[in-house]
Amino acid sequence: MTTTHASTPPATRRRVHGLLAEFHDPASLMHAAEKVRDAGYRWWDCHTPFAVHGLDQAMGVQRTILPILVFGAGLTGTSIGFILQAFTNSSSLSLWALVWVTGYPFLISGKPLLSLPAFIPVIFELTVLLSALGAVGLMLLLNGLPWLSHPLLANKRFLRATDDRFFIVIESRDPRFFRSRTEEFLKSLGAKVVEAVEA
Amino acid sequence: MSAIPSSSSATGGRLPGFVEVDNTAETPGRRATLVSHMDRFNQVTRQVCQVAESKRPPFAWYAAFAVSLSLVGLLGFCVTYLFFAGVGVWGLNNPVMWAFDITNFVFWVGIGHAGTLISAILFLFRQKWRTGINRFAEAMTIFAVICAGLFPGIHVGRVWLAYWLFPIPNQMDMWPQFRSPLLWDVFAVGTYFTVSLLFWYVGLIPDLATLRDRAKGTIQQFAYGLFSLGWRGSNRHWHRYERAYLLLAALSTPLVLSVHSVVSFDFAVSQLPGWHTTIFPPYFVAGAIFSGFAMVVTLAVPARQLFGLKDMITLRHLDNMNKIILVTGCMVGYAYSMEFFIAWYSGALYEKFAFVNRAFGQYWWAYWIMVSCNVITPQLFWFKAIRTSIPLMFILSLVVNIGMWFERFVIIVSSLANDFIPTSWDFFTPTWVDMSTMLGSFGLFGTLFLLFCRYLPMVAIAEIKATMPQANPHWEGWHAPTSHGGAGSAQAAHASPSATHAPDAS
Repeated sequence: MTTTHASTPPATRRRVHGLLAEFHDPASLMHAAEKVRDAGYRWWDCHTPFAVHGLDQAMGVQRTILPILVFGAGLTGTSIGFILQAFTNSSSLSLWALVWVTGYPFLISGKPLLSLPAFIPVIFELTVLLSALGAVGLMLLLNGLPWLSHPLLANKRFLRATDDRFFIVIESRDPRFFRSRTEEFLKSLGAKVVEAVEA
Repeated sequence: MSAIPSSSSATGGRLPGFVEVDNTAETPGRRATLVSHMDRFNQVTRQVCQVAESKRPPFAWYAAFAVSLSLVGLLGFCVTYLFFAGVGVWGLNNPVMWAFDITNFVFWVGIGHAGTLISAILFLFRQKWRTGINRFAEAMTIFAVICAGLFPGIHVGRVWLAYWLFPIPNQMDMWPQFRSPLLWDVFAVGTYFTVSLLFWYVGLIPDLATLRDRAKGTIQQFAYGLFSLGWRGSNRHWHRYERAYLLLAALSTPLVLSVHSVVSFDFAVSQLPGWHTTIFPPYFVAGAIFSGFAMVVTLAVPARQLFGLKDMITLRHLDNMNKIILVTGCMVGYAYSMEFFIAWYSGALYEKFAFVNRAFGQYWWAYWIMVSCNVITPQLFWFKAIRTSIPLMFILSLVVNIGMWFERFVIIVSSLANDFIPTSWDFFTPTWVDMSTMLGSFGLFGTLFLLFCRYLPMVAIAEIKATMPQANPHWEGWHAPTSHGGAGSAQAAHASPSATHAPDAS
């Protein structure tokens, strides 16, 4: 409902996504991140134009389980590679895979029906293929991407997060979040600017 | 030339007074600077983004695009003609059933290898100089593999049956024959293309977000916004992102070695003299990296000049690449001589003949073009003056590209044309369709590459920033004696930290 009064809405009506604190260099961001971590906040994040080394420890980010999942994806590829070749080239089984399919026992250049050495290249390629697809797909999934309508992306100041500015965002859903107190806290960390991000 | 704000100090190569910084010298205990004339992060952003953001690219871009696009037209015509008339329009004959098609296929797959080597192997070895060149080397890989994939696709004769290459359930209950190297090739090249594309795209996500956040037009905001997937530089995201990137590098390293090994199996697993050798897999991989780096140099030299990227693709990057060309060139030379030795040492009559015939038979000229381009000429890179001379390295890289194309031609055609029985021998002469299709594939490659240069960040912005000394939170500039704590350190950021300032940098 846009009316003429809408230009000055009461601040309390707008929901706040969180508080955005701007820093100009990775060093001050890192010091601030350590203090935010020690203050016990949980729903907060740093936003940087590149991966800042050591920031994971400063924030207390736990190691991702991504490699274990990717290992699983790789094993799936290995199995698919083996089963695909053993079924289609070494068996005469019929089975249902969306349609009925039947294997054909190829006899080629006197090789045994189940000639594993000749199957290795395809098994290897499928292992790599599924691991790579898994690494990228699961990384995006764990990161919650794509997310094109995130509140931060609507913030003008935040545009420089992909250029040369460093941000800490403490979200309002954090149990320790109190707008005025958290704002004071972020300012005490040496933030250049602290402002609210609308939800 | 184009709408770049003249106040920007970050237009690098376009400025007439650009001073090329010689950062090739090794100073023990100090890391050489990989980025010249820049000490602020947004200078990197601006310098890379100005290409995609400028109203019009330089004139040379239009000229190159026009040429490439007309060659694509030629390619389209030749391929259509081939489909209508059949593979007889090529100069193939009874013993020589593979010639330009497979030569081009192996050539283009080989070109692709440098991109993956730079993005994966140099990443695992923590070679930070890769950041200046990895993005467009990866793009080059993808476009080269597209060109490569074209040739096996069109050479099968009955193209409407090309789906037989894949294990698709069909009405004949027929499956591919998985013991054949030709089928391994389908999986190797397919996987290679997919993984290279993923690697490239994952690297692009943060940089597309940078372009999104700077975009003025609605179309740009939408397109860059869509493909950057809503990336917002969250450190929790960066953490998984870096892990995924490392995993991709670790997966691509054996992959890149496997792809050209599998391509070489197409030949080595057969019993034709000249093909049936165990040296082929490593020899093909070395040759692939050799030709790929030559192509990176061929593309990097004009690109850095034209788009003002000399501050990020410095002389040191080019020097390093030339060293790799020298090393792999020597490996290739070793393989050539070892092939000859083994042919003699094996005592096999046909092997011995195949190699003597290669050097002195009906394709002697192709063989000696190959040797002089791949083994003799790259030796000039022992001299630093040549390694760091822009015009000379450009010419040498072209020479290597030519030599590597001839290498594949020599291996394929000379072995096929003169096999076991002299009565079955013949001579292959390319037709105009052969020639035009090859030229057309270069046009396709050029078109894709030029479009990439125009619309996507040619250099990995986020990665370049991360290699700058300022990216390290413990860098001394952030802890200048006057400033303790966060508040004062921003001043230190703008106090010039590097001694590489050119007079024209503001």
